Amino acid sequence: MRLSVDHRTTYRFSSPQARLTQLLRLIPDGTHDQSVASWNLHVDCDARLRHGRDGFGNRTTMLYVEGPIESIEIAVSGEVLTHSSNGVVHGAHEPLPPAVFLRATPLTTPDADIAAFASAIPDGDPITRLHALNLAVHRRFALDRGRAVAGRSAITAFSQGAASPRDMAQVFITAARVLDVPARYVSGYSPVCAVGAGRPAPHGWAEAYVAGLGWVAFDPCTGLSADEAYARVAVALDSAGAAPVAGSRLGEGEEMLDVDLHVDRSGQ
Amino acid sequence: MGMRSAFDEIMGQAGSTTPRAELAALGNWIATTPDAELRRRQQSAEATFRQLGITFAVYGDSDASERIIPFDIVPRIFLASEWARLSEGLVQRVEAINAFLHDIYGERRILSDGVLPPDLIFGNPQFRPEIAGIRPPHDVWAHICGIDLVRTGPDDFFVLEDNARTPSGVSYMLENREAMLRLCPELFRDFRVAAVDSYPDRLLETMKSVAPQGVAAPVCVVLTPGHYNSAYYEHSFLADSMGVELVEAADLVVDDDIVWMRTIAGRVKVDVIYRRIDDDYLDPLVFRPDSMLGVPGLIAAYAAGNVAILNAPGNGIADDKAIYSYMPEIVKFYSGGEPKLPNVETWRCREPQALKYVLDNLADVVVKLVDGSGGYGMLVGPTATKAEIEAFRAALIAEPHRYIAQPTLALSTVPTMTDAGLAPRHVDFRPFVLTGSKGVQVVPGGLTRVALKEGSLVVNSSQGGGTKDSFVLMDDGAQPLEAQTQTQSQEQTA
Amino acid sequence: MLSRTASSLYWLGRYVERTDFIARLVEATVRLDVLSPRPAGEAAWASALAVTETDTAFAETGRSITQAHVARFLTLDTSHPGSMVRSIDMARNNARAVRTALTKEAWTGINRAWLIFDHRTSPGAQGAMATLNLVEAVKAETRGFEGAVHRMLRNQTTWFIRLGQAIERADNTARLLDVKYHILLPEGERVGGVVDRDQWTTILQTVSAVTAYRWLYSEGLRPANVIDLLIARTELPRSLAASVEEAVEILNLLAKRTGLHGEADRMARARQQRLQRLRSGDVIAQGLHQFLQGFIAENDQLHMAVGRQFKFT
Repeated sequence: MRLSVDHRTTYRFSSPQARLTQLLRLIPDGTHDQSVASWNLHVDCDARLRHGRDGFGNRTTMLYVEGPIESIEIAVSGEVLTHSSNGVVHGAHEPLPPAVFLRATPLTTPDADIAAFASAIPDGDPITRLHALNLAVHRRFALDRGRAVAGRSAITAFSQGAASPRDMAQVFITAARVLDVPARYVSGYSPVCAVGAGRPAPHGWAEAYVAGLGWVAFDPCTGLSADEAYARVAVALDSAGAAPVAGSRLGEGEEMLDVDLHVDRSGQ
Repeated sequence: MGMRSAFDEIMGQAGSTTPRAELAALGNWIATTPDAELRRRQQSAEATFRQLGITFAVYGDSDASERIIPFDIVPRIFLASEWARLSEGLVQRVEAINAFLHDIYGERRILSDGVLPPDLIFGNPQFRPEIAGIRPPHDVWAHICGIDLVRTGPDDFFVLEDNARTPSGVSYMLENREAMLRLCPELFRDFRVAAVDSYPDRLLETMKSVAPQGVAAPVCVVLTPGHYNSAYYEHSFLADSMGVELVEAADLVVDDDIVWMRTIAGRVKVDVIYRRIDDDYLDPLVFRPDSMLGVPGLIAAYAAGNVAILNAPGNGIADDKAIYSYMPEIVKFYSGGEPKLPNVETWRCREPQALKYVLDNLADVVVKLVDGSGGYGMLVGPTATKAEIEAFRAALIAEPHRYIAQPTLALSTVPTMTDAGLAPRHVDFRPFVLTGSKGVQVVPGGLTRVALKEGSLVVNSSQGGGTKDSFVLMDDGAQPLEAQTQTQSQEQTA
Repeated sequence: MLSRTASSLYWLGRYVERTDFIARLVEATVRLDVLSPRPAGEAAWASALAVTETDTAFAETGRSITQAHVARFLTLDTSHPGSMVRSIDMARNNARAVRTALTKEAWTGINRAWLIFDHRTSPGAQGAMATLNLVEAVKAETRGFEGAVHRMLRNQTTWFIRLGQAIERADNTARLLDVKYHILLPEGERVGGVVDRDQWTTILQTVSAVTAYRWLYSEGLRPANVIDLLIARTELPRSLAASVEEAVEILNLLAKRTGLHGEADRMARARQQRLQRLRSGDVIAQGLHQFLQGFIAENDQLHMAVGRQFKFT
């Protein structure tokens, strides 16, 4: 499948900033199941960009802007060709062993409710259990089409009736780890499960490790495995670690975030 | 269980009434200097420390800024031969720590060879996946180590803890020596004591040696959390004595993967950072996103090889208490030989057998939190109350993986000034080991901490411990010292 | 030098100077109050509030303008950012941040001034004597600090402290003069009468210039001369002219050291040249208040320029 992506992130500041430093995870990497046909990153002001990789193997871009700056637009666009693999990830850059992805982070610490929820998944072979968990998370929540609340933990999300795709993915990985299955958060793009027209956002789903198979992608937003309609960009222990933009600014006032996103599939 | 009587550093075997032969001069000094005079000198030293502002803050103590660490006037003394053996062990240990960090954030041979259980590393919060794959300049990780040692007999030294993150206390080593030179000059005529005052120069040399390649005159700085930090005196002391800037995170800015400091004449490129802040507060973009502290982009600059950070981020995995019990295996794995400095026997409560033993012997052992420090979260069985023991029993059963236990050792003593005159008090020892691009060196001296309460084994300053000067003798009939303390590794990790 | 260090030193200078000024102001106001027939004493304390631009803040406390209330407000009130206790606290915080750049003597001066206020929220009966004892003790320590700074190495450290002091002092003196000029004499009092004289003497006392005035002017106390002294005479350390001159000198020293000239240098020199051409008689004729308000605003501009030039933020 050919997925074309046009993703613009705009920050506006209520007063000019002296400096902006951002860590971007906006460039997808090729795997055996996904090849990047074209990809561009463009910033609408004088900025210095430095490319690298983080400890999880994600491609990163450091963005340095010297102020005064009142707004910045970061635009990525390109095309990714994907192949169906039943959700199994092949040939990704994996610098860390799966065991790292068993640890809890502040956003993915389970409480008794999540632990009970996870333990209620019937025993079975690992892949069946994970599908059951994925479906359970999917059924547990109504899809919240508003913008995800930044920094919401799995515990907080679990106490709500509706959840954003990000929250659901984070509940999934928290619960999977309770079951002693390595699990991680994935950020990327998918036309499936697109949230409300006025409030688009990059998608977030999960991957869990199954011995013998490798990493398998699950999207609790659909209750299915993530298939060829997904372009993965970054993985991490939680949504914060895989965030498309982590930023720091020097200056006073508020920041307003605006995201414009189009993900289209253009056939086989 | 009663405490076994302990080896005394000065008097020798327990019960001895005459000093060890090599230290007769110190025995004589103690015998001929009236207690009142010793007390006067001790008070004079403490008054100086107070004036200099050598204070530390105890968390939760409102008078924090007014406290100094008590100083004891009687030094502890290492013979040259003792020090030579100790140094060899320290060099071996620190080389292994560096090799371990290099490996664990790289190839992880030690795991593929089955020496350590992988979950011990990967499940450990001190293993930082964020920085996996980054190579520090010159492949040096643990530039400044403070290895805590205890002694139980003439030749019996044990490593209690490896401090490979931001060990403190070196300012006490230097200030205590200054005080002794001023107040007890006669001791330096009786003994040839190795000088410690070259420490700041050695530290600066170490810093410069690990500067990124191609930097001709590296700019070095000390990074402090600020003047509210309990060890701020030491941070400023080190910066001043090296003649480098003492910076806070807000003084640094990263641009284009290069670190700069903001000065009144514009920005100046920084090549080497001796940081005295935790990993969590280094870079909010990588570690704690909620932290307002830190230098955004610092890890990117580090990953790009444009700045050296001492000690390297991620080092906590090497001095973690859960890893500690495996240090003999780790040393063996990387050095190919037997460890010259043994560990204290340690029960890992995560292991059911060990947990059972510990629960059965709570009154005789020391129990420590794996992730605790400063003497908090610790049970000293023989001196604990019944209630304390029962509280720890419950905690151990609830979360055994958080604890290790060790036997209560008969820690060596040194005569120490008390209200009732000189009396033996238990001590430990923290020597400082520097690793630069050219190898490992042990500074001939260190910080002796003393438990001032009779019978107490807790030497932490936050728990009422004091300090002493630590003499390393340059001769005691053995070979000259220089060759031993400056031991440089031929096969330092490539 | 790190920008943060320079900024702390500069603010240390400003806050020490401010503490000292409030101490002098309170001291002089106690005297004026004692000399004045009731209810003129109230006017004395009202003017002290006006000088420090804290009359509105004081009104919000709901207290009446009496010696006890205003003196406490200006000295010990920790909830009032313009009080001595808060100023010295800020001075000490800045000093702590640059502790190792200061000599022990300089640090001790600040620390001891701070300790005077430690655990002291109410000076007992808060009579005039207690107030005078308090300000006297603080003045002794700030004098000690001043002396210590002069004995420190003549380098960037002392220059930034003194720059802060010079800019704060210019502001304080301008405010002092501006307020007196606008205090109405009590009804029935005549210009040049006893009360009027007392008020002008109070100003001279606040800037330690009673004797200096006698030396420089042979004709007895005349408002025009006091204004001349405080604005134009560089001999008087607390005059606008002297403060402005000192700011220029220190900025010059800093420029020589760093090799950089900036907008603060240019602004300070321009201000000095204007002041040198100024005749105090013209100022009075054309409106003292307007002149002083302009000066205060300009001083603020210079303060901002210093911050930009040395990259304080």
